[in-house]
Amino acid sequence: MLRLKNINTYYGKVHALKNVSLHLGEGEIVTLIGANGAGKTTILNTISGVTPASAGEILFCKETVTALQPDKVVQRGISQVPEGRQVFKPLSVEDNLELGAYLRYRSREGKASIHKDMDKVFTLFPRLEERRKQLAGTMSGGEQQMLAIGRALMANPKMLLLDEPSMGLAPLVVQEIFRVLERLRQENGTTILLVEQNAKAALKLADRGYVLETGKVILEGPADELLENAEVKRAYLGKDKKEIWER
Amino acid sequence: MQFDQILQYVLSGLSTGAIYALIGIGFSIIYNATGIINFAQGEFVMLGGLLTLSCLELLKLPLWAAIPCAIAVSTVVGILFERLAIRPLKQPTPINLVIITIGGSILIRGLAMLVWGKDTHAIPPFSGDTPIAIGGATILPQHLWILAITLIIILINKVYFYHTISGKAMRACSYNRRAAGLVGIDVRRMVLFSFIISSAMGAVAGIIVAPLTMIAYDVGVMLGLKGFCAAIIGGMSSGVSTVIGGLILGVLESLGAGLISSGYKDAIAFIILLLILFIRPQGLFGKADSERV
Repeated sequence: MLRLKNINTYYGKVHALKNVSLHLGEGEIVTLIGANGAGKTTILNTISGVTPASAGEILFCKETVTALQPDKVVQRGISQVPEGRQVFKPLSVEDNLELGAYLRYRSREGKASIHKDMDKVFTLFPRLEERRKQLAGTMSGGEQQMLAIGRALMANPKMLLLDEPSMGLAPLVVQEIFRVLERLRQENGTTILLVEQNAKAALKLADRGYVLETGKVILEGPADELLENAEVKRAYLGKDKKEIWER
Repeated sequence: MQFDQILQYVLSGLSTGAIYALIGIGFSIIYNATGIINFAQGEFVMLGGLLTLSCLELLKLPLWAAIPCAIAVSTVVGILFERLAIRPLKQPTPINLVIITIGGSILIRGLAMLVWGKDTHAIPPFSGDTPIAIGGATILPQHLWILAITLIIILINKVYFYHTISGKAMRACSYNRRAAGLVGIDVRRMVLFSFIISSAMGAVAGIIVAPLTMIAYDVGVMLGLKGFCAAIIGGMSSGVSTVIGGLILGVLESLGAGLISSGYKDAIAFIILLLILFIRPQGLFGKADSERV
């Protein structure tokens, strides 16, 4: 469904992505893991058109989306839930969700179907419905994360890019959010590309994973294999080095 | 007697203040959508007034037709300004943008001088000039026009920014540009939109004030700075606080001119501007900028 071919991206003079290639099949959940600065966020932003690639090609549903502006990428069906939620803080929950459907309003889609989707978001996250008139900035981190996901869903995306949805959240909230991702895949067949610091939780949810280091893919494979991989365990799952050496 | 005089100053101050408010909102809308302080804002005020004059005298249009015509042409100038001077910029750092808008304002003013000459012109008031008595003071019908039109524009703005998807999208751009792009809002289009709204509002301000103050190619400088001052008092909001900022400025200016000396009229505005910038840079009603982490 999505295929990155030899993507190279620069931040000014920093070579942030070096010949990155990866792919996602329809309905798959794939996770990118790696340390800070490995290029996980850059991959998402390159797909979304925020930091365009300087070389390489991105294909989505067999069409190239390489040099598109962010809004055009959303139009093709890829929505990003950015790092740090980035909700519109001075706007209400409802307004945030409405803006998620901005392109659908622009294409004169009927309000009825947009409101139906808003109700769907409310069934996924009942807490957002309780707070629909509240300003987004006054909510807790977990609620803002739910809103950020809800906002992305309002665009009716075929594919969801999630950047560190668990960051700074209580374990129970993280569980709730990961459950929703699982449910999205089952009910809507949404394809998900998930970037996570919490590698263990991400690999448990995902079908496959890619491990990144300083802008390169160093390892890829089925998630359960990566969970058992000694190198991954040592570097990202917080297992004791000694324990692995002694084996 | 004294009270009547003060009432008089306050009333005329309110109508000049309304003009400052309109110009100030123009500044704020562009600033919020793009982070640019558009120092060419005052030139659209001048264009509104002078274009109305040309429509009346050269094209012999009636006033009701001349006004929309002048607004439309000023808006086209605003669009061209954004397209030719702002959008092509490779590295839009704040300092570059400020210099570009100042350059743009000098260019527009220079062209206006070539077209309309250096003379001061007058536009007839919208509905006669028989003074109306209010308490012990008198005001002109044009003052009422100014207050009414300003009020209507502010209400339209309110409806646009709070109750339409396009207005909400523009606010979203000002709160978080990157996130706005990621939900599918075309940020560049919104920038263009903000220039359209601001230049139209500037033109309206110029048109409604012209019958009172006369109009010439260089009125944009001072009116622009006063509008900027109103926006600063209002904390660069495109809503009520800038309106109040404009009204405060207008009234203080008028009181100062009347009670102290009319020679200090402009000085008062700039003293207020400096005081606000020194003491409360977030604006009179703004909260300190700590929540935007």
